Amino acid sequence: MRHLINIFGNARLRAQIVKEILSILRDPRSRIIVFLPPLMQLLVFTFATTLEVRNADIAIYDRDAGHWSHELVARVGAADFVNKIHTVHSPEQLRALIDRRAVIAGLNIGPEFSRDIAAGGIGTVQVIVDGRRSNAGQITVGYLNTIAAGVSAAVQRDTSNATPVVVRHWFNPNLIYRWFVVPALSGILVFFSALMITSLSISRERELGTFDQLLVSPTTTLEIIVAKTMPALAIVLILGMLMIAAEAFAFGVPFEGSFWLLMPSLLLFILSVVGIGLMISSVSATQQQAILGAFAIGVPAVLMSGFATPVENMPVVLQWLAEAIPLKHFLVIVEGTFLKAMPASDIIANTWPLVIIALVSLTMATLFVRSRLE
Amino acid sequence: MSHQDTKILDSQAGLTQDERVNRKFDWHRLFALVRKESLQAIRDPSTILIAFVLPVILLFLFAYAVSLDVREVRIGVVLESDSASAQSLAAAFSGTRYLKVTPARDRREVAELVVSGDLRGFVVIPQDFEQRLESGNPQSVVQVVTDGSLPNTANFVANYAQGVVLNWQASRHNGQPVSVINLEPRYWFNAELESRRSLVPGAIAIIMTIIGTMLTALVVAREWERGTMEAVLSTPASVMEILIGKLLPYFVLGMVATLGSAALAAFVFEVPLRGSLLALLTISAVFLIPALGQGLLISSVTKNQFLASQVALFSGFLPAFLLSGFLFEIDAMPVPIQIITYLIPARYFVSSLQTVFLAGDVWAVFLPDLAAMMAIGVFFFAIAKRKTRKNLET
Repeated sequence: MRHLINIFGNARLRAQIVKEILSILRDPRSRIIVFLPPLMQLLVFTFATTLEVRNADIAIYDRDAGHWSHELVARVGAADFVNKIHTVHSPEQLRALIDRRAVIAGLNIGPEFSRDIAAGGIGTVQVIVDGRRSNAGQITVGYLNTIAAGVSAAVQRDTSNATPVVVRHWFNPNLIYRWFVVPALSGILVFFSALMITSLSISRERELGTFDQLLVSPTTTLEIIVAKTMPALAIVLILGMLMIAAEAFAFGVPFEGSFWLLMPSLLLFILSVVGIGLMISSVSATQQQAILGAFAIGVPAVLMSGFATPVENMPVVLQWLAEAIPLKHFLVIVEGTFLKAMPASDIIANTWPLVIIALVSLTMATLFVRSRLE
Repeated sequence: MSHQDTKILDSQAGLTQDERVNRKFDWHRLFALVRKESLQAIRDPSTILIAFVLPVILLFLFAYAVSLDVREVRIGVVLESDSASAQSLAAAFSGTRYLKVTPARDRREVAELVVSGDLRGFVVIPQDFEQRLESGNPQSVVQVVTDGSLPNTANFVANYAQGVVLNWQASRHNGQPVSVINLEPRYWFNAELESRRSLVPGAIAIIMTIIGTMLTALVVAREWERGTMEAVLSTPASVMEILIGKLLPYFVLGMVATLGSAALAAFVFEVPLRGSLLALLTISAVFLIPALGQGLLISSVTKNQFLASQVALFSGFLPAFLLSGFLFEIDAMPVPIQIITYLIPARYFVSSLQTVFLAGDVWAVFLPDLAAMMAIGVFFFAIAKRKTRKNLET
C-alpha cells in the first residue's frame, strides 16, 4: 500500500500522466473525436433503438363482406402502430407485397368469417407474417391479437368479459422503451470509448518504437500501467458523466437512485474496461492488432451483456462467461440506479465483480509488459 | 478526367475488366502491389483474427446466445390464499414452459428480488381470491407486477400471465371460448420463428463492415501515419493502382469471410440459404464498394490510426449494428433517423441478406438495394479520390 502511495507522490509519474493526457488530447481533432461522436450517437441511438413496432404497413385480403370483417379492418386501420393498409384482391398480390418487404403482415379473412361469428362459432383469420423480421412480426401479431380481442368483446357484449388480471409495471408504468435504452447506451458507448482509447495506448508506442525508450528509462512497469490508466480513466469518466447528465436532464429519464452510488460504480466500471484494454494493448505489436483485438473482445461482450437480449435467455455456460464482462454488471447498476432506486446492497453485489475484473486485468497487463522486458 | 477516374474506381470494386482504359495502368505493377499488400495482410495475425475467428464467434453468439425468443423468465408467484382453486392456478403458472416460478407467501419477499433483478415480476393470488372468483361481478382476480425497467420482458410477463389466467379460467368453465376471433399466424420464411434466422444475416453484415470499413481505414491510415503512403505515391505507380492494390486484398478477404460465414450459417447453424449463391455473392460484392470506400475515405481524412478507428467505430460499426434494421425496426424509428438510415449501406445489405437467406431470389428487393449501395460507394470513392489528390498537392 505504501508503495502505491509513493507512486502517486512521484514527480516522474506525474510527468508521465501529463504526457499521456497530452498524447490523447493534443490533437484538436482527437479532442473532438473523443467527446463529440459518442454524445451524438447517444442522441441518434436513443431514438433509433426501439423494439416497439410503429408505422407498420399491413395488407388486407378480405373475402368476407360481412359486418365483423369490416369492424376488424376498420379497427386495424385505426390502430396506432399501423401506418398504411394495403387492400389486395388476390393471394398473389399478398405474396408479392410480403416478398418485397412492403408490408410486415397480411390479414387473410375467409369468406365465412362473419357468418361463423353470427352463428355463434369462432371466426378464423389467417395472419401471414414476414418471418425475416421475426421479432417485429411477433410484436405485430401481439398487437393484432389485442385488436381481435376488442372485436370479440364487441361481439359478446352481453357476456361480461372483464379482464381477470390487473397489471402494474413497476419503475416504468407506461413501459417507455427509451427509459431502458438510454441508460444502457451510456454503458455501451463508455465501454467502447474506454476500450479503444486504452487498447491503442501501449501498442501505439510500440509501433512507433517509443515504448522501448520508456522501458530503458528508470520508470517501473507499475508506473507505466498507472500512467496509462489515469488519463483514459479521467477522460472516459467525464464522458460518462456528461452522458448520464444528458440522460437525466435532456432525455427526461427518471433518476431515482443515488448519484453517490452510481459514480463509484461508473469509476470501477471504466477501470475494469481500461484494464481489459491495456491487456489487449500489451499483447499487441501494432495499433491495428490492438484495435482489431479490442473489437474481437468488445463486440461479443456487448452482445452478451444483456443489452439487446436478456442474459437469462443464453445457455448457462455463456451466462457464466457473461460474469466476466464489465458491461453486464454495469448495465444492472445503471438501469437499477436510474429507474429502480436500487439499494446499496444490490449495487455492491454488482460492483465487486467489477473490482475483481479490474484487479485481474490490470495485473495481467502489468505482467505482460514486464514479460516483454525480459 | 475525374469522371473517368470515378468510373474506373467504380469498376475496380465490381471487378470488371475495363481498367485498361487508363494508359498509366500496368498489370504487372498492379500485381506486384496486390501481392505485397496481400502478404502484409495475411502475415498479420490480427487480420486472421478479424476475418476468420471473429465471424465464427459472432455467428455462434447470434445462433445460441443472442436470442430474442423469450424462455424461462423468472417470476414469483405469491400465494396468499390457501384455497384449492388458488393452488390450482399457482400450479398452472408452475407448469408453463416459459416461466420459471419462485413460490412465495408474502409479496415483500419477492418485491426485493424484483428490485435486485433476480425476478422479472410476480403474480399475486390474493387472500380473497375465492370470493372474487365466485362473485359474478366482472373484477380482477389476480394482480401481476412486472419489472418495467426491462420493457420487453415486462410486456411478455404481463401478456403471458394474462394468457395463463384466461386459459385456466376457460378450462374451469369447460372450454367456453375466450374469444370469438381466432388469429392464426403463419410466419413465412421462418415458420419455427427462430430469431437466429433473421439475426445471422445481420451478423454477416457486421463482419463485412468490420473487414471492409474498419480494417481498410486502419491499414491505409497506418501508411499515412508512417509516411509510407507518400513514399508509395512518389513511385511510378498511379494513384489508381495504389488504391486498387490496397483494396483488392481486403475485397477478397471480405468475400472469403462472407462465403465462410454463409457456409457456417447454412451447414452448422441451420439457417437455410433459399436464394442462389450467385445472388449472395453479388450482394456481398456490391456491399463491399461502399464499405471499402468508407474505409478509404476515413483514412484519407484522418491519416491517423487512432482517429480512423474512432471514426470507423462511430460511423461504420455502430450504425451497422443499431441502424441497419436487423435488431431494431427501421419503420419504428422517428423520421429524421429513418432518413439517416438511408445513408447507411448496411441497411440495404441487411435487407437483401435476410431475403437471400430466408426468402429466395427476390430481385424486386435486391435491385433497389444494389443500386443504393452502388451509389453510396461511388460517392465515398469520389470524395476519397479527391482527398488523396489534394493531400499530394499540399
